[in-house]
Amino acid sequence: MIHRLLLATLPLLLSIPLAAQHEATQGDVDDGRRLYISNCALCHGPEGGSVPGVELGHGKFLRASNDEGLKTIILKGIAGSAMPPHTFTDFQAGTVVAYLRYMAASSTDATAVRGNAASGKAIFEGKGNCTSCHRVRGSGSRVAPELTDIGTIRRSVELQRSLLEPDAEVLPQNRYFRVTTKDGTTITGRLLNQDAFTVQLLDLKEQLVTFSRSDLTKSAFLDRSPMPSYKDKLSAPELSDLVSYLVSLKGIVYQ
Amino acid sequence: MNPRILLFLTSAAMLAASGLSGQVTFDRIIAAEKEPQNWLTYSGGVASQRFTKLTQITPENVKNLELQWIYQAKSLEKFEATSLVVDGILYTVQAPNDVIALDAVTGRIYWTYSYSPEPDARPCCGRINRGLAILGDTLFMGTIDAHLIALDAKNGKPLWNTTVASAASGYAITHAPLIVKDKVIVGTAGGEYGIRGFIAAFDIKSGKEAWRFYTVAGPGDPGRNSWAGDSWKTGGGSIWVTGSYDPATNLTYWGVGNPGPDWNGDTRAGDNLYTNSVVALDSDTGKLKWHYQFSPHDEFDYDAVQVPVLADMDWKDRNGQTRPRKLMFWANRNGLFYALDRNTGEFLAGTPFVEVNWMKGFDEKGRPMRIPGKTPTTQGTLIYPGNQGGTNWYSPSFSPGTGLFYIPAWVNYSSIYVKTDDDEYKEGRRYAGGLPRSPVPFARSAQNFRKEQEGYGAVLAIDPRTGEKKWEFKMSDVTDAGILTTASNLLFSGGREGYFFALDARTGAPLWKAAVGGSVASGAMSYAVNGKQFVSVAAGNSLFTFALRQ
Repeated sequence: MIHRLLLATLPLLLSIPLAAQHEATQGDVDDGRRLYISNCALCHGPEGGSVPGVELGHGKFLRASNDEGLKTIILKGIAGSAMPPHTFTDFQAGTVVAYLRYMAASSTDATAVRGNAASGKAIFEGKGNCTSCHRVRGSGSRVAPELTDIGTIRRSVELQRSLLEPDAEVLPQNRYFRVTTKDGTTITGRLLNQDAFTVQLLDLKEQLVTFSRSDLTKSAFLDRSPMPSYKDKLSAPELSDLVSYLVSLKGIVYQ
Repeated sequence: MNPRILLFLTSAAMLAASGLSGQVTFDRIIAAEKEPQNWLTYSGGVASQRFTKLTQITPENVKNLELQWIYQAKSLEKFEATSLVVDGILYTVQAPNDVIALDAVTGRIYWTYSYSPEPDARPCCGRINRGLAILGDTLFMGTIDAHLIALDAKNGKPLWNTTVASAASGYAITHAPLIVKDKVIVGTAGGEYGIRGFIAAFDIKSGKEAWRFYTVAGPGDPGRNSWAGDSWKTGGGSIWVTGSYDPATNLTYWGVGNPGPDWNGDTRAGDNLYTNSVVALDSDTGKLKWHYQFSPHDEFDYDAVQVPVLADMDWKDRNGQTRPRKLMFWANRNGLFYALDRNTGEFLAGTPFVEVNWMKGFDEKGRPMRIPGKTPTTQGTLIYPGNQGGTNWYSPSFSPGTGLFYIPAWVNYSSIYVKTDDDEYKEGRRYAGGLPRSPVPFARSAQNFRKEQEGYGAVLAIDPRTGEKKWEFKMSDVTDAGILTTASNLLFSGGREGYFFALDARTGAPLWKAAVGGSVASGAMSYAVNGKQFVSVAAGNSLFTFALRQ
């Protein structure tokens, strides 16, 4: 319950620090997120805490006290450190700052940090039945998004939201699509590609299939995510464990 | 025998005997429809209809089209050029600025001219080129470092190289030049770099500039007061698709690009003439005869950089009387389809062909009435159509056969326009004053994950008399492909999905397709050699040429 409450108050929390400094918009935050994930997350991590002493996700910075200071560091880097300069425009640097402010405002609690990743793995593979759809390091099904490196691209707060409210955000490439052929057969799967003449799916039998639109009587996205909500299925500690496990998934480590 | 007839017969015999040696005279160019086996200008003729009279390929047999040859460019830039074909020789441009002469039947190379643009060249949107012009035995190419180069069409050797503008200041030339009489006409791109755009004519023999028309009105020009302060100095007004020409009036027509900075109009109060306008220039002097501004004081990057399509039709005037008129049809990036009188510039009609929310109709003079509040802000404003426009530079087509006008369109497409004030003009640097955002974030990849809310690409068929949509061919992804129509009622186009396809021009029914494996970002063209019709289109990094199976 506490999580839902926090989620519900998120927009409210957000507006305070942002409005105080800079007129950041949802568009700024979205643009900043894209820039952060592709430019910053490799070193700082999706939570912003991977560089010792720096907690970007909690508004704790070593050398900047305001937005302008952050922008300067993003643009010029820090001489003598591993922080490089970036070729963003001033406006783009501002969107990264907007996203950092958003991260701080939306880092609701330490759910993931408190959980036990090993217990979470057991829930993932057992009680949660997650592997019936998701795949991690070669185990599990492919009909839902591969999660091997989910901890490098998603924040704990986002993973938690996906577990509690799977419909809150479904990425375009994760949508389910259903086609009906002329003989009445219905096939559902993840949409992999589509064009004016054809549709490509990974069907629920994990087969890659292509349909010619001229052979179909119906084709449409499913309105809802096929993922169930774990709101009433897992206890709060179990949820923390599971999120901790997902956050620990950093991809395949090459030896 | 009448000496004139003798002369005619002699030249005809010489032409026939010499086979490939017939020079491309300007008379041949303005009567290009009389030799549909050749494709003599970017849009297939000075009226720019991108329509061929060739009829060997028909709706009935188009299913028998098969690949004849591919030319794989040694370049990873977008292949946006439309080829020229003269008497069996095909000329095209490998991006950015290499010219290739090929045998149009086999695709075998005769010669290659390689050009290395100056390192300063930095065109906004790709190191690309859209094609060539030819006159006599000379080919003409504009380059991304804003040079104009003349080449010998027989061996690819350069004849002259004129610096049109400074690449270091952000100028570039990306469109195919237009030949009018003894002049070659080009304009300059660079609307995102604070250029002062212009159209200029050069002597075909010497490369010397004959006249220049600034697309941004300055001191002494009638439109000077449409620019606040010194804003005209960096007003943009780029040119990046080829204009048209009417021999009856000697006027050449060009579409002008956006004012700069693009998304913040605060420093350039006024209508910003002649940006986002069509200008009609006397082709001998470059003097402005008339202009019509589609999007006064634009803040949405609605370049009027479209091909002016000229057609003669019966037209019903406002008083209900129908009479033949000299028309210009124009599907604009701002989402509206226009009909103008091309002799006078009179606004005849304007109709949205996609969703439009920045204007609510026209006043008596044909000026669009803006909707208050629909303007870029620091917070962002949702505007239809979005930044790439309802259409863009992609060649439309007009078929005198069906009487329909065909538009490569982005339907239900929008952007959130954000303006910023952190741009200061620095020579040769980006000067745009904001940015457009997608209302629905999406990842570009080899696959198409585009959501419906982001809009979709389509080929639209419009009745130009009414602006009414006759049919729509819907794609899942958007399109940068031009359109070719034929006298046999075929329509050829493509899109980002990587198909080159044929539709029935009367109904939009799909008749044939080829998966060409790359985005079609060019306009198809057609030609014939020894009685065999070919259809050729650039897609991805290659040029694909098809003909009927034999």
